[in-house]
Parts: sequence; structure tokens; C-alpha cells
Amino acid sequence: MFAPSHFTAVLLFSTFASVVFGITQRSTPKAMVRYGAYCWVLFVVSVIAASWLMYFVRK
Amino acid sequence: MASQAQPPASSQPQGFAYSALLLGWLVPGAGHLLTRHWIRAVLLFAAITLMFAFGLAMQAKVYSPNTGDPLDILGFCADLGSGALYFLARVFSLGAPTVQLVTADYGTKFVVVAGLLNFIAAVDAHNLRIGRKA
Repeated sequence: MFAPSHFTAVLLFSTFASVVFGITQRSTPKAMVRYGAYCWVLFVVSVIAASWLMYFVRK
Repeated sequence: MASQAQPPASSQPQGFAYSALLLGWLVPGAGHLLTRHWIRAVLLFAAITLMFAFGLAMQAKVYSPNTGDPLDILGFCADLGSGALYFLARVFSLGAPTVQLVTADYGTKFVVVAGLLNFIAAVDAHNLRIGRKA
């Protein structure tokens, strides 16, 4: 059984989703890479920001 | 003389227009293979199949056809998006019948999202096939 940490699961999810978003939402290879990277960063940064928010809400 | 605007002949798909859509749904990336976008096809196949496989490895719940909870019905519809991967998982009883661990919950979401992403990829392949996207 594969039991990743929450953050590892986030990284995997972000990577796979960003690849598909990049390829399907843009037309040129350069734009695909840029948009995929943008989505990946947005996924990861959003999760980290939400995590800190929940940490302070809990305190 | 009236001029008639007609799309260029090269943009018209040869054969069944929905073949890329159906093939792309059945096998992730196969629709792009049909439209000769090899690299996109390989990347889509790898991303969607790995996401589905990681989900199963995390003991994901694979939804079966049901008429109960609306969320279960939506889960089944999303899982179905993975095409052949979903049918293989059902035939070989992969995954877990119920979610009992936190990682199984992550895995269930991985499988659901893999199906939804494959729907997007199949529609993209269809757009390439009919010439709506370059």
C-alpha cells in the first residue's frame, strides 16, 4: 500500500493536474509549459497558504 | 457572383468525427495519438494513468453504478471518465470497497480527478480532430 504524507500527495496531485491543464488549455508548447508551471505553483502555494490559515484559526 | 465561405479542406476530419473523443476517453492520450500529437499523447497517458494508479495504490474507493447518495452518483460519473482504466479496476476489484484511512480518502480523490482530467483531455483531442484547436 502506498501511504504518502499529505504534502507528498499534494505535490503528486499538482504535478499530474498541471500537466493536463497545460496541454489542454494552451496551444503552443512554450505556452503549455508556462501555464503548467503556473498551475503547479498556484496549487502548491494555495495549499501552503490554506494550511497556515488553518493553523492560525486552530490557535 | 456570390462568394461562399468554406473552411479549408484540411480542417475537415476524415472519417468519424468523434473518433478522437471516444478513443481519448477509452484510453488516456489515445485521442491525441490519433491526431498525431505524440508528445502530448505520451504526457497525458502518463499523467492520467499514474494518477489513477497512485489512487488505487492508496486504497481508493472505486465507485460502482448506484442510485443512492448524489455524491456517490457523481463519484461514479467522474470515475467513469477514466475509460478502460475504470473498467479494469472494476474487473480486477482493485482499490477498496470503503474508505478507512486518510490516504484512502486522498486516493479516492486521485481516482475521481484522473477521470475528470481524462474528460478534459478527450475533449481537447476532439477539438484538435475537428480543427478547432491547432
